[in-house]
Amino acid sequence: MNLDLNGLLTFWARRWDDILELLGEHLTVVTLSLVIALVIGVGVGMLVWDKPMHRSLVIAAAGVALTIPSLALLALLLPIFGLGWTPTVIALVMYSLLPIVRNTVVGLREVPPAIMESALGMGMTPFTVLLRVQLPMAWPIILTGVRVAAQLTIGVAAIAAYVAGPGLGQFIFQGLSSLGSKNALNFALTGTLGVVFLALVVDAAFVGITRITTSRGLRA
Amino acid sequence: MPKQPNTALLQISGKTSGALIELNSVTKQYPNQPVAAVENFSVTVQPGELIMLVGPSGCGKTTTMKMINRIIEPTSGSISIDGRDVLSLNPSELRRHIGYVIQQIGLFPHMTIAENIGVVPKLLGWSKEKTNDRVDELLTTVGLEPGDFALRYPKQLSGGQQQRVGVARALAADPPVMLMDEPFGATDPITREKLQAEFLRLQASMGKTIIFVTHDFDEAVRLGDRIAVLSNRSRIEQFDTPANILTNPANDYVSSFIGLGTAIKRLVLIPVTEARLGPASAAPASATTVRTTDSLRDALDSLVLTGLPALAVLDEHNQGVGSISVDRISAVLGAEVPTLGSEA
Repeated sequence: MNLDLNGLLTFWARRWDDILELLGEHLTVVTLSLVIALVIGVGVGMLVWDKPMHRSLVIAAAGVALTIPSLALLALLLPIFGLGWTPTVIALVMYSLLPIVRNTVVGLREVPPAIMESALGMGMTPFTVLLRVQLPMAWPIILTGVRVAAQLTIGVAAIAAYVAGPGLGQFIFQGLSSLGSKNALNFALTGTLGVVFLALVVDAAFVGITRITTSRGLRA
Repeated sequence: MPKQPNTALLQISGKTSGALIELNSVTKQYPNQPVAAVENFSVTVQPGELIMLVGPSGCGKTTTMKMINRIIEPTSGSISIDGRDVLSLNPSELRRHIGYVIQQIGLFPHMTIAENIGVVPKLLGWSKEKTNDRVDELLTTVGLEPGDFALRYPKQLSGGQQQRVGVARALAADPPVMLMDEPFGATDPITREKLQAEFLRLQASMGKTIIFVTHDFDEAVRLGDRIAVLSNRSRIEQFDTPANILTNPANDYVSSFIGLGTAIKRLVLIPVTEARLGPASAAPASATTVRTTDSLRDALDSLVLTGLPALAVLDEHNQGVGSISVDRISAVLGAEVPTLGSEA
């Protein structure tokens, strides 16, 4: 089986609307999962950051979730949640939690004691300190966690086609299941290149997001 | 919206200068520690007084101060501000009426200077205009041009400028009480001296009740109305005015803490005008002169530097009012300083 560049270009020209749609789906499912994981992860991080026991438990649990092979996790979710978007999003959220929770905890704990003390000494309640001092100061670190999660989930999302999930994985699986046919390699290659392309674009986007959402006083 | 503070808090927050602070048999015992960090500490601070807690590291002076705004909770004893029991108030609401400055300053790096100063006003529910006006006023008070500094971030300021903002932030809601924990300790000697002078000028116009912690006895002499010299477990070895402590140290511990050169330290407290000045003609022509607003320490410094027998003393209109010499400085201190010559 040889790579036919002309064939690949023709394939792209014919199916560019399908490719764009799958790219869009892939991006959407990853974004949706990251937003959900961000809310859960930061929320959990805020609850456990100052409780050593809970903190270790949560991080260990999120770590375990990450070690489950993606194919196995999807297979486990299948009987409960069926096919399509639901098991995909749940799996991606589970994979995203570890970097987000861990970075939230690290970020909240990294605020220097002197700043914590002056915040309390000025009459902020512990919750106000968390919301107005610790969270904004931890934000760049939390975003780094989200960025790692994004890279992770863009890859994992490709596997989600196994449970009829959305995204570029559909092309990859279609190619793999029709090996030998004329367009098999084109399908698999397009899916794979699409994932790599998306990963690069999203990573670049995070540079901009970090810049825009971080206080000027915190930038190096 | 912030809750309406209770009446006790209103009583404290109603005034902007001077409140009476009383600590009665205050003790802090940490669990699993054989001895108390602070034991049976009692002190009464008059309204508008600047009290220095001075002692070596680990003597419990900072712990003592931090119990007043309940950053550290006392194990036993009572603390009151203007007769109101501090320990019965909501700690967060209480702290909004006590200015707090620490050595590491603790400015919030993600907030502008204006936002940093506006933290307590915001917590108290002030309007935006009122807060902004107050921020501008305070920046001007501490010698930072509001137009230039309000929108900067802490990292864009020098250490001395940051500490000025720290003081401005503590003053934001015009609290009657200020707690200061070695606020100038981390600055270089020149900046520190400048900040101390500005601080004294500020306090002269504000009349806050201030508890100021330092390990630097010279700073205590320079700034304090009264000094509490502390030894281990925050035990008060002597509590008196700087002049009285320098003249009559209560015991060997106090003497050793004051260290050498008590005569020179006392000179800091005495203005040049206290001396019986010699005739203006006694001073040889020199570019170096002494001002009537200077201390005798400044005068002695200039005398030693120039090596001249006497220097002219000028008033605020640059008019010569007399001359000062080493023996005239000695005369002010009386006969108790036979070693002045060798110490200078």
